[in-house]
Amino acid sequence: MSHCGQVEIDVELQTKQKIVLAGNPNVGKSIFFNYLTGIYVSVSNYPGTTLDISSGKMDEAAVFDTPGVYGVGSLNDEERVARDFIMSADLIINVVDASHLERDLFLTQQLIDLDKKMIIALNMMDEVAKNKIEIDLDLLEEELGVPVIPTTAAERTGLAAVKSSLNKAAKGKKTFAFNSKLAAELIKVDDFCQNTADAVMILEEDENIRCQYKTAAAKFKDLREEIYTARRQRVDQIVDSVLTYQTNSSQIARQVGYYLLKPLTAIPALIILLYFIYQFIGVFVAQTVVNFTEGYLFSGIYEPFMQQLIVNTIGLNNFIGELLAGEFGILTMAVTYIFGLLLPLVAAFYFLLSLLEDSGYLPRIAVLTDRLLQKIGLNGRAIIPMLLGFGCVTMATITTRLLGTKRERIISIFLLGLAIPCSAQLGVIAGLIAQLEPFYIIVYLMTIFVVYVLAGTFLNKVLPGESSDLIIDLPPMRVPELKNVFSKTYQQTIAFIKEAGPIFVLGAALITILKKSGLLDFITKLAAPVTVNLLGLPAQTATAFVMGVIRRDFGAAGLTAITLSPAQVTVSLITLTLFVPCIAAMMIMVKERNLKEAIYIWFGSWLIAFIAGGIVNFLIF
Amino acid sequence: MTLVDIKAGTKFIIAKIENKKVRLQALRFGISEGAEIECAGLIPGGPVILKKNLQEIAIGRRTAEKIIVKEKGMVQ
Repeated sequence: MSHCGQVEIDVELQTKQKIVLAGNPNVGKSIFFNYLTGIYVSVSNYPGTTLDISSGKMDEAAVFDTPGVYGVGSLNDEERVARDFIMSADLIINVVDASHLERDLFLTQQLIDLDKKMIIALNMMDEVAKNKIEIDLDLLEEELGVPVIPTTAAERTGLAAVKSSLNKAAKGKKTFAFNSKLAAELIKVDDFCQNTADAVMILEEDENIRCQYKTAAAKFKDLREEIYTARRQRVDQIVDSVLTYQTNSSQIARQVGYYLLKPLTAIPALIILLYFIYQFIGVFVAQTVVNFTEGYLFSGIYEPFMQQLIVNTIGLNNFIGELLAGEFGILTMAVTYIFGLLLPLVAAFYFLLSLLEDSGYLPRIAVLTDRLLQKIGLNGRAIIPMLLGFGCVTMATITTRLLGTKRERIISIFLLGLAIPCSAQLGVIAGLIAQLEPFYIIVYLMTIFVVYVLAGTFLNKVLPGESSDLIIDLPPMRVPELKNVFSKTYQQTIAFIKEAGPIFVLGAALITILKKSGLLDFITKLAAPVTVNLLGLPAQTATAFVMGVIRRDFGAAGLTAITLSPAQVTVSLITLTLFVPCIAAMMIMVKERNLKEAIYIWFGSWLIAFIAGGIVNFLIF
Repeated sequence: MTLVDIKAGTKFIIAKIENKKVRLQALRFGISEGAEIECAGLIPGGPVILKKNLQEIAIGRRTAEKIIVKEKGMVQ
C-alpha cells in the first residue's frame, strides 16, 4: 500500500480493459458480476480491510465487483476501496436500484462527473412495478447521457442486454455543465492533474487523492459541499422529470419494516428472534449436531484411528508421538476441536448472520438499540461489530472501522475483547450451559451483561469527547436469496478455518510441550490460589485457562474434558468468557489500535475475569 | 422546531442542517435543506425515521435535535 492509502490493483489482472461494477449497497451487483464472469472468479481480501473483492474475466477484459457505496470518497473503507477501483476503471457498469432513484442517482451522477465511460443497469424493475412507480426510461437516458438498461437481476431479466450494450458505454452529462462557477474551478485544477477524475476528487476534498498531488493540491479550493449541493439539485431535477408516483401503494415488505421498528411490536419480535437463534445454535447445532460430529465422527471414529496409526508407526510413548496424537495431539485434539466442534457452530452462526444481513433487518436492530448503546458511548451502528463479535471477535475488531470516532472504536474493541464470546466459544458455552438449570443460566447471562454495561459506562465516563450520532439507511425488508446466503456462509467459514486452524495446531503443540516439560503442573500449582480458593474450581481447570490464553474457545473446549458441578461450570464459564481475547484478536487489536491499548485490554481482561468470577463464586454459590 | 418535535406521519420541510458532516451525508441520501420529508416513525428517546418517497433513513436523536424543520401538515 502506498503512503497515500491507495492500493495497487492486482498486477495479474492488468488486462486490456478494466470493467468495474459500482452501485449502492444491496442493489444486486454480484448477480451481474457472476453473469459476466462465469465460474472463474477469484475472491481476494483487500489489504487492510475486511472487504473481499471479487475479480474475474470476461473475454479480454477484467471485471471487478466493488463494495456498495452511496458515493465515491474517503468516508469509510468501503468508499476508499470502491474509489480506487472506480478511479482506475476503463468502463463502469453502474447498478442502480430503480425503486430508490433519488438515493442511487447521486452516485451515478458522481460517476458521470468523474468522466468515466459507463452504462447503467437499472435494476429491480419488478419492485418499481410493485410500488406503482413509472419511470420514463428514454428521458432518464437523455438526461444522464449514458445508456440505461432496465433489468430484474433476481429473475435474470436484462442481464444479456447489459452485456451486449457494453460497447455503447458513454460519458454522460456532468454536473459541471449546469454550473458555470464550478466548471471554471474544475478547469483550473484539471491542468494540474493526470485526468479529470483526479481533478474532481481534489475539488471534493478527497484526502488520499490530494495527498498524491502533495503540496500542489493544497492551494485548491474546498468545494465538496458546493459540488454535493449542485449534484443533489441536478439529481432531484432528473428524478422529478422521469418519475411518476401513484401513491397509496401498500406493500407487505413496507409494513413488515414498519412493525420491526415500532417499539411495541419490534421488541417482542427481536426477543422471539433471539430465542430462535438460541434454539438453533445453542440447542440444535451445539448439542445434536456437535454430539454427532465431535462425539461420534471425531472422538469415536477419527481419533482412535489416528492414535492407532501413530502407535503402529512412531509409537505414542515418545515426544513426537505425543505431540501428534497424545492428550493434546495436533492430529487428534486440535483436529477434533476445529472440525468436530467449531466448524458446525461457526457455519451455523454465519448462516444466520448472512440471513439477517440480506433480509435488511440489521440496520433496524441498529435503530432499536441506538438509545441503549448511546449510554455506553456508542451508537446503534456499533451493534453490527457486536453481533459480528459473536461470530469471530477478530473479524469484528476490524469492522469497528465503520464507527465514526476513535473513541467509539476504543470502547467497542475493549467490550468485544472483554465480554463478547465468539461463536466457537459460544457454542461450547451453550453446550455446557444448556445442561444446567435456568437459575445458573440466568446468573451467567446477568453477570456478563452487568460487566459489559459497567465496563462500557466506565469507559464512556473516562474517555474524553463524545460519540458520534447515528445516520443509517434502512433498506426495504426482503426475503434473502438462499444461494447468496450459502455462498457467504461458505466463504466466511473457510476464512475462519484458515485463521483458527494454524493457531489451534500451534496451541496444541504448546500445551503438549508445557505438559512434557512440567511447566503445566507448575502453572497449575501457581494458579491454585486463584482457581481453587477464589473461584472454587478444581486445580486442573488452570489448563483450560492456559488454553484460553491461546484461544478462548480452545479454553472453553478444554473445560468439556473436566468434570464440574453446575456452580463450577457457571463460574468457570463466566471467567472464561471475560478472559483475555485470543491471540489472533490481540494481534488485530495491536494493529488496529496500538500495543499500549492492547496490553491494557489484555491485563484488564485478566483482572475483570477473575474478580467477576470470584464475586459470583462467593456471593451466589 | 426541530426533527424530534415532529409526530410520526407528518410531512415537513427541512429548514436547516447545522452540522457539515451530517449535511454532506444527508445530501447523498437525498435529504437536503428545502427538501420535503415525511416522518415515518420515532423510537422513544432514540432515532427519528425519515422517509422520502421510498427511501428511509434513521437519524440519531442528538443530530435530529440540530435539524430545524417547518411543518407541512398531515399526510392523507
